[in-house]
Formats: sequence, structure tokens, C-alpha cells
Amino acid sequence: MFCEKSLNLIKELDRSTEAMPAFDDDGVRQVFEEMRGLYDQNVAAANDSTADPDGTAIAGIAIRHAALERNKRCLMAYVYNRIRKVRNMRWQFGSILPPEIKANLCEPEIQWFNSYSKTLALYMKSIGDQGLNLAQDVKPPKSLYVEVRSLTDYGKFEMDNGEVVLLKKHSTHLMSRAQCEPLIIQGILEQITH
Amino acid sequence: MKEFRPPNFPLTCRESIDVNFNVLKNRRPLSQTSCYNPDLDTMEDTFDDEDFLSDQEDISVQKVLQTLEEAWLNEKFSPELLPSQEDYVHCMMDQIQQMEDNLNKLKKTDFRGEVHHMELARIRYIITSYLRTRLDKIELATAHILEQEALRGPENSYLSEGELKFAKEFLALQESHSKQLVLRHMPSPFQEFMPTQQTLVPNLRSHVFLRAKKDVQSVVIEGDRDNRDEEVDLDENSQHIMQYQPIATYLKDGSLQLI
Repeated sequence: MFCEKSLNLIKELDRSTEAMPAFDDDGVRQVFEEMRGLYDQNVAAANDSTADPDGTAIAGIAIRHAALERNKRCLMAYVYNRIRKVRNMRWQFGSILPPEIKANLCEPEIQWFNSYSKTLALYMKSIGDQGLNLAQDVKPPKSLYVEVRSLTDYGKFEMDNGEVVLLKKHSTHLMSRAQCEPLIIQGILEQITH
Repeated sequence: MKEFRPPNFPLTCRESIDVNFNVLKNRRPLSQTSCYNPDLDTMEDTFDDEDFLSDQEDISVQKVLQTLEEAWLNEKFSPELLPSQEDYVHCMMDQIQQMEDNLNKLKKTDFRGEVHHMELARIRYIITSYLRTRLDKIELATAHILEQEALRGPENSYLSEGELKFAKEFLALQESHSKQLVLRHMPSPFQEFMPTQQTLVPNLRSHVFLRAKKDVQSVVIEGDRDNRDEEVDLDENSQHIMQYQPIATYLKDGSLQLI
């Protein structure tokens, strides 16, 4: 059936439980092939208008054209929704992607990520006089200090006031919220809730 | 459009800001008895930023903060992008910077330092959340917003300069990306990137909670197939659930507040 493959691309993307499923090169190429086939058939039918006394060719062209449009739309949706995911990663991880995510992106997507990072950074810099990092302060502050547990052996971490803490795996600390928020988002620390 | 969940934060935040500002106002006696920097007192009451709204010279910081808070809530709950309150954001950021500088001069053991740090964290959250919300909307409906912006003309713009630049670059990025990845592989009549046909358009018919800040006479609510047009008066301080579209203009002129 027409457009089945392109619809499948979107479905797979939606159903995937991975943070970032791999770009389905093969699937996309199959859709291109289908489109090219449909298009060639349409061109042939349109050029051969003499052989169409009862108007069936017109109907065929219309259907194939609709299928082409739908294929295009599905592919655009596929690309767009992947980009949305990539965009969320930028907010989550900052301007450097974790390698396991990066492995699942295709080359243009990595380029897009870098350009997006740059655009976003430029915008953040343009706010006020010295700029403002919008990726900070993502949660309403309830208290100034939070208890955190280190999930990894991060090593030494220097705070704004010059104090150095050693973040060892499973160690717990009471840190100021602004300091450890980036680390919590990156998954290095975990907030302890009582 | 993405749905914005009402956060449980604003109410407590507003209460505590009021309270804390009382603390700030009543601090004068304290500062006389300690080595507290007297600059702190003046800076919270008035500020004289000359670029800032020349016709309203003495706006208190409370007023700025209140305006920002309202703008933030409105932006959070309205389906479409509202006019930018960039001036207030900049002004508040300058204030934060000053306050931080002053706070750093305080002794670490001073209890008031903690209270003020907390307060600053709250204000910073409001500002970043406000700008993030706007950015989210811009990213979701880039083409639509740019189109509307072009219709409104530069003197009546809703986007700040930085946001406009961001929106344009973002759209260009989308275009080059989809061209490179898929469009150029398609048969030639299908290669065009049509942003205005693909963009999401905010649903202006979605419902919002609102409170009237002053009396608003005869808001016209469009009827549908079964109902006639209806006119409603919104009394001061009354609260309503309504479709967004009829009240959009009143929201923008400041007679209403989304809650």
C-alpha cells in the first residue's frame, strides 16, 4: 500500500523507548524510492493523455499525487520530531552530547545540533548586559540548599565560593541548589527527597 | 500548542515575595545597627536607569517585579505569544546583579544573606521561566509567529530583538536541515519547504482562567450554530473561565490577568 513505509517511520519513532533511536536510513531511502516510482508513473500517465478516453488515468494521477504529498508530509514529520528530541537534549545536556546519543544521530542532525546550540547561546548572550543562562533555574526554588547523593565518581568540584568538595560515588552532600542543579540535570547527582 | 500546566509554585511565591519585601522595607533599623551596606536600601526602593521608560522615572522594584510576575503568568497560560516585556526583564536583571554584589559583601554567617539569596533565586526563576516559555512558543510556531510579526510591523512588535533574530535563525535552520536530509531527494515538484503550511498555529479557542483587574464592559463572545453572540461584563476582581480569543485584546492592554 502507498505510504505505509513512511507512516511506519513515524510510528517506530513514537513507540521507541530509547532516548534517541537511530536514524532509519534504510526506511527513509525506501520512501524515496516509492516516491520516485509514483512520480515516474504519474509523468508517464500525464504524457500519455491520448490513451485516456474514460478519465481513469486522471483518477490514478490524483491518487498517486496524494500519496506523494502524504509521503512528503510523513518524512517531514519524521525529521521534525527527531529534531525536537535533539533540541530537548540540548536543554538537558548542554552543548555537548553524550556519545551514546551522538552515535544514533545522522550527520546533518549533529550539524543541526551544533548550529542550534550556537543560535541559542547567541540569544542567551543577548539578554541583558552579560547574558543569562536559561538552562539554569529550571525548577522553582523551594529551599536554598538541597541534599544530594553522588551517583558517579565525579572527583573534585569547585564551588563559586572557592570551596572544593570531593564527589565520590554514594556520598551525600548538602549543597546550594544553584551549584548542583547542572549536575543533577546531567545525572551526576541525585536529589534526595525525604 | 503545548499545554502549560498550572504550577503550584506561583501562589506561595507571591506570598513569600510580599513577605520578603516587607522584610526589605523594614530593614532600615537593622542596617543602622550593623555594617550592612546602605546601598541595599536605596536600590530596592527606586532605581534610575535612564534608558528605561523615560516617562515613568520612579518605578519601584516591587512594581517591576509585580509586572514581571503578571507577564510570566500570562505568558504561561495564554496559548499565543504575548508582547515582550523585555525592558522589565533587563531592569530586574540589573537589580539582581546589584543585589548580588551587595550580598557578597555580607558576612557568610549573616542570616539575612540566606533570606535574600533565596529571594533572588525566586526572582531569577521567574525571569528564566518567562523567557523559556516564550522561546518554547517561538520554536513550536516559528513560521506563524514570524508571519504575524511581519503583519504587525516593527513599531508594534511582540518579539524582542534577540527573540526575532533567534526565530529567524531557527526557521532557517529547520529549512536547511529538512532540505539537506529529505527534501532534495524527492522528485522536483515536491522539494519546496513550505513553512507556513507546516507550522503549528496556537489554538486561540482554548479556555483560560482569568481575573479582571478592572471592570471590562461588553466582551463579545461569538456564538456558534445554536447560540447567538453574547455580551458579558467582567466586574473588577471577578474570575472566569473563557475562551482565549474574545479576551485577547483586554489581556494585552492589561485589564485582565490569567491565573
